[in-house]
Amino acid sequence: MLEHDVLVVGAGLAGLRVAIEAQKQGVDVAVITKVHPVRSHSNAAQGGINAALEQEGSPDSWEAHAFDTVKGSDYLGDQDAIEIICREAGPEIIELEHMGVVFNRDETGHLGVRAFGGATYSRTFFVGDITGQALLHVMYEQVLKANTRIYEEWFVTSLIVEDGVCRGVVAMDLATRRLHTIKAKAVVLATGGAGRVFEPSTNALIVTGDGISQAYRAGAPLMDMEMVQFHPTTLKQNGALLTEGARGEGAYLLNAEGERFLGNERNQFYAPSKMELAARDVISRAEQIEIDAGRGVDGCVLLDCRHLGEDLIRERLWQIWELAMDFANVDIMKDPVPIRPGVHYIMGGIKTDVDGRAWDVNGGGWGGVKGLFAVGECACINAHGANRLGANSLLETVVYGRRAGLTAGFYVKEAPTALLSEAKMADDESRIKEIISRPDNGDRWAALRLEMGEMMNSQVGIFRTKENLEGALEKIQEMKLRYRHVPIQNKGNIFNTDLQFHLELGLMLDCAEVIALSALSREESRGAHYRLDFPARDDEKWLKHTMAYYTPEGPEMDTLPVTITQWEPTERKY
Amino acid sequence: MQVSLRVRRFDPESNQGPYYQTYSMDAPDYYTVLDALIHIREETDGTLGLRCSCRSAICGSCAMRIDGHAKLACKTKIIDLTADGGEVTVEPVGNMPVVKDLIADMKPFWDKIRAVDPWLQPEGPEPEREYVVPNEAMQDLAGAMNCIMCGACVSDCTVLEAELNRGVPVEKTWLAPAALAKAYRFVGDPRDDHQYDRLEKLSDSGGIWDCTHCFECIEVCPKGVAPMDRIMALRDKAVSAGITNNNGTRHAKAFHDSIKAYGRLDEVTLVPKSVGFFNIRELLPQMPTGLRMLKAGKLRLPHKAENKKKIKQIVDSLDKEQME
Ligand SMILES: Cc1cc2nc3c(=O)[nH]c(=O)nc-3n(C[C@H](O)[C@H](O)[C@H](O)COP(=O)(O)OP(=O)(O)OC[C@H]3O[C@@H](n4cnc5c(N)ncnc54)[C@H](O)[C@@H]3O)c2cc1C
Ligand code: SF4
Ligand code: SF4
Ligand code: FES
Repeated sequence: MLEHDVLVVGAGLAGLRVAIEAQKQGVDVAVITKVHPVRSHSNAAQGGINAALEQEGSPDSWEAHAFDTVKGSDYLGDQDAIEIICREAGPEIIELEHMGVVFNRDETGHLGVRAFGGATYSRTFFVGDITGQALLHVMYEQVLKANTRIYEEWFVTSLIVEDGVCRGVVAMDLATRRLHTIKAKAVVLATGGAGRVFEPSTNALIVTGDGISQAYRAGAPLMDMEMVQFHPTTLKQNGALLTEGARGEGAYLLNAEGERFLGNERNQFYAPSKMELAARDVISRAEQIEIDAGRGVDGCVLLDCRHLGEDLIRERLWQIWELAMDFANVDIMKDPVPIRPGVHYIMGGIKTDVDGRAWDVNGGGWGGVKGLFAVGECACINAHGANRLGANSLLETVVYGRRAGLTAGFYVKEAPTALLSEAKMADDESRIKEIISRPDNGDRWAALRLEMGEMMNSQVGIFRTKENLEGALEKIQEMKLRYRHVPIQNKGNIFNTDLQFHLELGLMLDCAEVIALSALSREESRGAHYRLDFPARDDEKWLKHTMAYYTPEGPEMDTLPVTITQWEPTERKY
Repeated sequence: MQVSLRVRRFDPESNQGPYYQTYSMDAPDYYTVLDALIHIREETDGTLGLRCSCRSAICGSCAMRIDGHAKLACKTKIIDLTADGGEVTVEPVGNMPVVKDLIADMKPFWDKIRAVDPWLQPEGPEPEREYVVPNEAMQDLAGAMNCIMCGACVSDCTVLEAELNRGVPVEKTWLAPAALAKAYRFVGDPRDDHQYDRLEKLSDSGGIWDCTHCFECIEVCPKGVAPMDRIMALRDKAVSAGITNNNGTRHAKAFHDSIKAYGRLDEVTLVPKSVGFFNIRELLPQMPTGLRMLKAGKLRLPHKAENKKKIKQIVDSLDKEQME
């Protein structure tokens, strides 16, 4: 049986950051990932990473960053978690720079910043528009340097929990289809988001919520899963995202009449003062209202970069120039490009404390799984609340990655070794054999996945109602039943992606169910969650988190209070 | 539009060798080769093996040979390749072993990356804040950091192909373009303090001097990294750093001397001059190549070019310019 002290599942920014820090504690660390580390979805982040770096003459401060984040979260973020992420942001940026990240500089050779949505001051550090890629590749360099053991192209199928403690995982080597039990004193989930539950989505095909579902199945609660972010600028053709950095650099949003509609007073939801730099939920809603009112162009509004000039586009927005050219056939130097809101990020996830532990050490009143950690987009430390600010997510992966790595490193030094059976592996093996042996009934997982995604987008999307959500839940039940009979064509052992995607769909259906039920339970509108039947924020009843626990009969809902340290909720306007 | 994809299939679990399978479909105009492959995998043939994830040319998963050249499937629109009713041939990347269908074993690729010690190596105490460095330097490196490690350049590198054809075991082959572009990213980094050692190592055989300027890697790189240009920049840096006691610089010098003396390349002495006349160990493996070239009439004994005088003048003036 394979065995490690700390097993990190996921090799995106969060996972690699955890591994580096845990390894520094002198414990045995391994990383397992379903794709090669640099193929992880973190590389898609274009815009940048936030930090209020103390600088002479700069009016910015970590408190200002924290306040913007609290306000951005529509007061649902836990303020202790937000204080930590903003306070530790500066040192973390410096550490990344020392590792080798080639951040853009200003004229004096110091780190340069750009503006981003929802921020009072410019505090977004960046590498052109390939920030995520530049960070991920450098983090991978550090892991190569440390010679960390990496199980590449291995797919985790289940967590192993015995006596309420997580003791390892079952994983499939994709190159051979063989299952293995990997024993670990601590398992750190860094498996990323669940964007593919929706269709269309800005997310890569691998972002299927695996870890979120597996933790949930293993008994860890999911928090605020109804909070799904729609990004305001995605391409119609394939859902690809055009960075917020474009608006940060001054690009406009126009409707069919050529009007910068965000400045229009006709709707209370618009953002006449912050305009294109308002928070994402606000802009996405405004766009959808324009499109629904017939002021769009083919189901889109327009992103206009023309006035930014060729030089700036070349130096800072080159990737979006390429994307628009390749997929929409538009040269952004010459024409505005049609865009629309698309699913982008999930604020909710596996509930953890500020050190990434997915169990309750402080008696906060929630259940969890000891020995299990979570960090990055799959986790909900709750620094984003009801709406994440752009460029705060990369920050979360590194700040909380470091903290979780440190904590897991300490934890395993004290954790006793336990005997582990191979029962879970045998379960998974027979589950997989059963799927492979299913007779062809004409159904395909791809068809079911598309149906699920489109249904989620239309019924659990930007505007929600009780009726739609209940309908969605019903459909998800039907889909779950149907899923049990969906066959696969590929019966082989070597890189059987047919099987892998089938398993992923099963995990996504769990996420879909929890998202829809959490959305139904929250009877108010806050941040990304907008209920047409409850259009106001309701602090009295809903200044709290939703919590979903797994039961065989379906999710059981509960709530937890929001942690407030110094910022009392007030009205949120941009 | 109506289009056929002719896909090279290989399943090691069957006892059949590689073969081509043609899939026909009605593809929308915006379809990329990847869209078409995903369509096949999802709707008609779940056994088709390929890697992909981002669909937007950023994860580096989907490099493959499309109509004979390495490309990202997700960045290659079908309409740019063929007209209505046409056919597109899709094969796995070259120069790497095929595992299944369009999936190659990337181990040789990553081994080469690892071989250049791809991490920043600053010396001395770290500054309290960031290293202060010019933005231009960072911009230049960001160009190299644009590399998404897709392997397209390695797939189509002609030197690597020749080595493999000659039967050189893959772990003994040269570093190839991607790893060298990666190396450039550190050599060019003002924060790194091991530039000299790096350049020395890169100047060994199997390093920067093995490239034959064929432009192939520049041509196929989907991210504008221009590996060959980075290799040439590394050569300049190595020579400026005085690292000349190696085959590569000797080769370059022999090249230069030959042109100056004869007005043309003297291929007979080029190899011995590069590796050193008495370097029997390195000369021996070159013999078959030399003999093959002689037979093919590609190797001629030196004779002077007509306008030799003029060429000498050009070389002299270039030399002078360089001195100044
Ligand atoms: C297009 C786009 C642009 C963005 N831009 C920005 C930005 O500018 N600034 C910002 O702050 N944020 C941005 N984000 C958000 C940010 O990129 C992500 O939230 C963040 O990178 C997530 O990192 P992660 O490490 O948690 O997960 P990922 O990078 O998604 O990594 C997940 C890892 O888990 C592994 N994994 C998953 N399931 C399994 C399994 N079953 N078995 C084994 N391994 C598994 C995967 O292989 C992968 O290695 C953007 C997101 C998108 C989609
Ligand atoms: S230019 Fe050099 S590195 Fe590039 S493909 Fe040709 S031989 Fe290989
Ligand atoms: S240099 Fe270009 S072709 Fe080569 S691996 Fe990098 S991105 Fe791919
Ligand atoms: S799918 Fe990511 S590069 Fe093509």
